[in-house]
Amino acid sequence: MKLTLWTYEGPTHVGAMRVATAMKGLHYVLHAPQGDTYADLLFTMIERRNHRPPVTYTTFQARDLGGDTANLFKDAAREAYARFKPQAMIVGASCTAELIQDDPGGLAQALGLPIPVIPLDLPSYQRKENFGADETFLQIVRTLAKPVARTDSITCNLLGATGLGFRHRDDVTEVTRLLALMGIAVNVCAPFGASPDDITRMGAAHFNVLLYPETGEAAARYLEKTCGQPFTKVVPIGVGATRDFLHEVSGLTGVSAKVDETGLRLPWWSASVDSTYLTGKRVFLFGDATHVIAAARIAATEIGFEVVGLGCYNREYARPMRAAAKAHGLEALITDDYLEVEAEIERLAPELILGTQMERHIGKRLGIPCAVISAPVHVQDFPARYSPQMGFEGANVIFDSWIHPLVMGLEEHLLTMFREDFEFHDAAGASHHGGKATTRIEAEPVEASGGDIFEQKNDTGAAGDLAWAPDAERELKKIPFFVRGKARRNTEKYAAERGVTAISIDTLYEAKAHYAR
Amino acid sequence: MSLDLPANLPERGCRDTPVLKQRGQREVFCGLTGIIWLHRKMQDAFFLVVGSRTCAHLLQAAAGVMIFAEPRFGTAILEEKDLAGLADANVELDREVARLLARRPDIRQLFLVGSCPSEVIKLDLARAAERLNGQHSPHVRVYNYSGSGIETTFTQGEDACLAAMVPSLPATDKRELLIVGALPDVVEDQALSLLKSLGIPVTRTLPAHRHSELPAVGPHTVFALVQPFLGDTHAALTRRGARHIPAPFPFGEEGTTAWLRAVANEFGIPRDHFEAVTAAPRARALKAIAAAATTLSGKSVFFFPDSQLEIPLARFLTRECGMTAIEVGTPYLQTGIVGPDLDMLAEGPTISEGQDVDLQLDRARAARPDLTVCGLGLANPLEAEGLSTKWAIELVFTPVHFYEQAGDLAALFARPLRRKAILHAPPTPIPSPQGGGAAPSPRVGEGWGGGASASAGGQP
Ligand code: SF4
Ligand code: SF4
Repeated sequence: MKLTLWTYEGPTHVGAMRVATAMKGLHYVLHAPQGDTYADLLFTMIERRNHRPPVTYTTFQARDLGGDTANLFKDAAREAYARFKPQAMIVGASCTAELIQDDPGGLAQALGLPIPVIPLDLPSYQRKENFGADETFLQIVRTLAKPVARTDSITCNLLGATGLGFRHRDDVTEVTRLLALMGIAVNVCAPFGASPDDITRMGAAHFNVLLYPETGEAAARYLEKTCGQPFTKVVPIGVGATRDFLHEVSGLTGVSAKVDETGLRLPWWSASVDSTYLTGKRVFLFGDATHVIAAARIAATEIGFEVVGLGCYNREYARPMRAAAKAHGLEALITDDYLEVEAEIERLAPELILGTQMERHIGKRLGIPCAVISAPVHVQDFPARYSPQMGFEGANVIFDSWIHPLVMGLEEHLLTMFREDFEFHDAAGASHHGGKATTRIEAEPVEASGGDIFEQKNDTGAAGDLAWAPDAERELKKIPFFVRGKARRNTEKYAAERGVTAISIDTLYEAKAHYAR
Repeated sequence: MSLDLPANLPERGCRDTPVLKQRGQREVFCGLTGIIWLHRKMQDAFFLVVGSRTCAHLLQAAAGVMIFAEPRFGTAILEEKDLAGLADANVELDREVARLLARRPDIRQLFLVGSCPSEVIKLDLARAAERLNGQHSPHVRVYNYSGSGIETTFTQGEDACLAAMVPSLPATDKRELLIVGALPDVVEDQALSLLKSLGIPVTRTLPAHRHSELPAVGPHTVFALVQPFLGDTHAALTRRGARHIPAPFPFGEEGTTAWLRAVANEFGIPRDHFEAVTAAPRARALKAIAAAATTLSGKSVFFFPDSQLEIPLARFLTRECGMTAIEVGTPYLQTGIVGPDLDMLAEGPTISEGQDVDLQLDRARAARPDLTVCGLGLANPLEAEGLSTKWAIELVFTPVHFYEQAGDLAALFARPLRRKAILHAPPTPIPSPQGGGAAPSPRVGEGWGGGASASAGGQP
């Protein structure tokens, strides 16, 4: 038993729903109590889908238990077939139905429906949403995809895009365009947009592009084995990764990796004068492993941030995550406990968080700007405009969306120069964000910002036995909020290393000189 | 106590209308969802669901990540080893509770909330609550109830929660009025001040903000429900000797007046005093409703089952806003409680209880109502089919009871219709910034030189 306040991943059957909802002509009959129908709103509200997910729930009640939940399931499956006429059906149990052991797979087979019926065995008490999606997609491919003749021209399949994915819709479009620049067409994109009939044609592609390992790797491995299709290992998020991806595809196909890059702006945007204010900003990254690994590379090498911490919530990818962290000289944080992530962010006091919706809220609480880079998603992660993460346009989008939460470069200087100004002070926040600037209350010892964790005494930082002299503390407050955390930490570290227990103004500036770069 | 219903009752109400009951897929929340508002209402309470990852995910999806403070609810997620009997679930639960209470010393009430999985494996949370009470009293009072989807639908979770508190409420012999049902604070304050002006002695509320403010009950307690889904709480209070004041629910001007009058009659408040106290807020409510009713009047409405508020709301929309009800679906029809509302709702609409969502969708599509009140899972798909919808959950999350909210309640239903009218209207030019306040919007092309429409002519 484990106490959970918020979860990064839903249950396994929600993963299966993400696959079913992304596809066409597939229906999911789910043995589940009525309350589990909440999952529909993830798709209809958060993703703004204009159709109900293709899911029939049996919605058994207490009075059915011990009686005829099995017949309830059979009726539901029969009626779902009659009403929706799918090309194939997946059947399974939610956490509660798993306990009553009705065997939805066996029951559905016994109905003798004239379509493929694919049983799902998704252990709800051991695994989570991503596994559910990955395993469901694997079972669909295993049942329907068979080796077939290759297409004459070079084609590939795109694997792993699902419903409720972080920018999957636009990534699919962007990668399709990218491959078209090389002269390579997409045979089938699945699960996103594919029908069961399309799945049967997957074997015709020459290779597979694995867009999202979390939700497509099992199928990619299966297709490699049974259809002899190699799959790509580089996920094309960021400029460097996109170029590596093109070379990987070139290696698999013999087609030249040289493509037109005229639309790519990130490198110049990073190199232009204004962006010097980004250099060395301390960022913390958290999300699914694939997005975090890619984002860390962009942050460190394509924008010039300093990566101070990173990690993922999906243990399945702990190994590559740890390796990536090591390359940045760090230890990865692998946890699905958001309180641990919050504590780590509080300890590191970064200037920018790149995370999920969870970290966005942590950032809000702690007064640290955050940009979302990974699922779990919310309604604002489904923008109306085209905004991929992958490919060259994805790199442009990433630059914009990461920079947006920050105070602008010149504004940062003005804040530093006029930090005593009563209305243009640092607690007023970035000028291009809504929200009313608060006037500084002079007499107040604690600033008007309210949510600034760096003001808290005795926080979890390195403080320990260290005491700040009142004038040093006042001097610290004159430092703009977005670097104050760093200044406090550096000073305390500097003092601790030298056995200094009382921090004076001199200690503050000695530490500043020591850490100058 | 004879019920003093409004004079203009319909010739035949819906009390005896045969109820359509179908058995199929239900598209409703489970009772866990009530935690979303209950944990805000009871400020020293923590709700610990003993359940699965699904339960945790439901709470998160229903709460949105909108109220992302450190929440006063959480899920003790059952794991493989709990199910296989390798770990003693009770020992695990005690450990998690001890850890939780150590971290949150501000917690004075702890609710162990049962879920489908905890019920199917027959985890006895009543016994667990008793045991934990032994360990943590008097600092913390531990209760238990079921919010599971196999036992409860949506708002029944609040009913189960309140009913669980009743047996241990202190006893009293005083004649007191008890208001039962969670209301937003602003509404609760309004209701209490109205009752006070009417001259009704000591009024208490269940739930209360804090454990120390919990009401006492006894044979001289009379209680009025402000939510129609509180059947079990009603029964539990009756067992403690308290007596229910039957009334229509306080939605709209008419509903609020009838509800207040029932209470006033119980306490023998003179009619003229009642009129004097209610006249001004009644007039305000009527005025505010009239503003939204211009949009709603003559339109048809179709309710999918959701919160059990459907019958009182249909009564409000048909009688005070001029709408026609096509179907009023409710997850459970508790005639004993919504009887007065059924009497006031003129016969005509189909009254349905429970659900086969596919068949009900077929009926809604055939009827093409002007407004469909339904859950979030159905709303966007129906909008995409051209039907205007109102998400039912908003009715539980927003202040809608009593006089001062009557206009807001009507406006909640009017907004989707107004939006539809705006989005489907021909393009209008953007009014000039100098334009004087509430001047009627210019006709298309007017003042833009030669009738060029805004979209064709572009910005001058
Ligand atoms: S229906 Fe049951 S299993 Fe599903 S969320 Fe509700 S209590 Fe949990
Ligand atoms: S903001 Fe999110 S949680 Fe709130 S209603 Fe919209 S989709 Fe639902």
